[in-house]
Amino acid sequence: MRPTKLHIMLADDDEDDRLFFKEAFEEVKIDYTISTFNDGEQLMEHLYDTSNPLPDIVFLDLNMPRKSGIECLKEIRANERLQRISVAIYSTSSSEQDIEDTFVSGANVYIKKPNDFNMLKKILSDVVHINWQYITDGLNKDSFILSL
Amino acid sequence: MELYIKYNIDMICKVLLQQQLDKYNIDCRVTEPGYVKFRENIPMETYHKLVKSLSEFGIEIVDNQKSILVQKIKNAIIEMLYADKGVQSLKISTFLSEKLGESYRTLSQVFSEVTFISIENFIILHKIERVKQLLLTENLSLTEISFMMNYSSVAYLSQQFKNITGITPTAFQKIMKQKRYA
Repeated sequence: MRPTKLHIMLADDDEDDRLFFKEAFEEVKIDYTISTFNDGEQLMEHLYDTSNPLPDIVFLDLNMPRKSGIECLKEIRANERLQRISVAIYSTSSSEQDIEDTFVSGANVYIKKPNDFNMLKKILSDVVHINWQYITDGLNKDSFILSL
Repeated sequence: MELYIKYNIDMICKVLLQQQLDKYNIDCRVTEPGYVKFRENIPMETYHKLVKSLSEFGIEIVDNQKSILVQKIKNAIIEMLYADKGVQSLKISTFLSEKLGESYRTLSQVFSEVTFISIENFIILHKIERVKQLLLTENLSLTEISFMMNYSSVAYLSQQFKNITGITPTAFQKIMKQKRYA
């Protein structure tokens, strides 16, 4: 069924970044909910619990204690129930190799964390609106790749 | 073993829809894509059953006037993108307003309101999707694709691809190839 609300999750160990992220979504026109997690381990525990509803898109910080963004990404892609979730990597690195590697591991979106808050707002609303097209129009998610 | 498969989405949808309708003995015809013409009214109970079985395939009935118009715009655009070169060279605003009998201003207003993106961006997004599909399934060069998709030059296609996806067509091909063998 066509979702009426976009369900978003973020795993980031930096409290300020989590706060900025939530505030940046004010620009997004789609109805949404955000849940945040303090590290990858906490996120994966939540995702593996089948009583929790699945998100449409997950944003993962690359460097987190206990479980890194890449580890989460690989677990999500290896799990049949979680496979269809869009995954956005949210990182400070902008090395071409890092970007390619995350895509090969199955990420859909790669976001280089901007320093400017307005830029962050623009980037997040772009990601969410494009992801929305993939949900509502049944576009091929396997070839959904976006680097910002 | 690995097989690469090519399919016609339009055809699949039409056949599937007709099969579902036949299952409930509904007398109707799937005419153009995304449009079903009923010869008579059907009981509410059958209608609900039909809605339920269609939802299993991700098919839903559009019942709000604005959404219907948006769906018509999307169908017209997709039909145009997958059609021969002749149609593609038409100006999109003229094409849509002629086909749907509404001014382009109305069309673009309703479209952005419902889908959260503009008609222009929707077209670019879908064009690039089509390019991705061609890059992965057909043995075509980027130059051939740019010609097929009516781009003025291969450089312009490359640039638009990079603007939309953030990576170059070559990097995209490389990533998708590695993904397949990962």
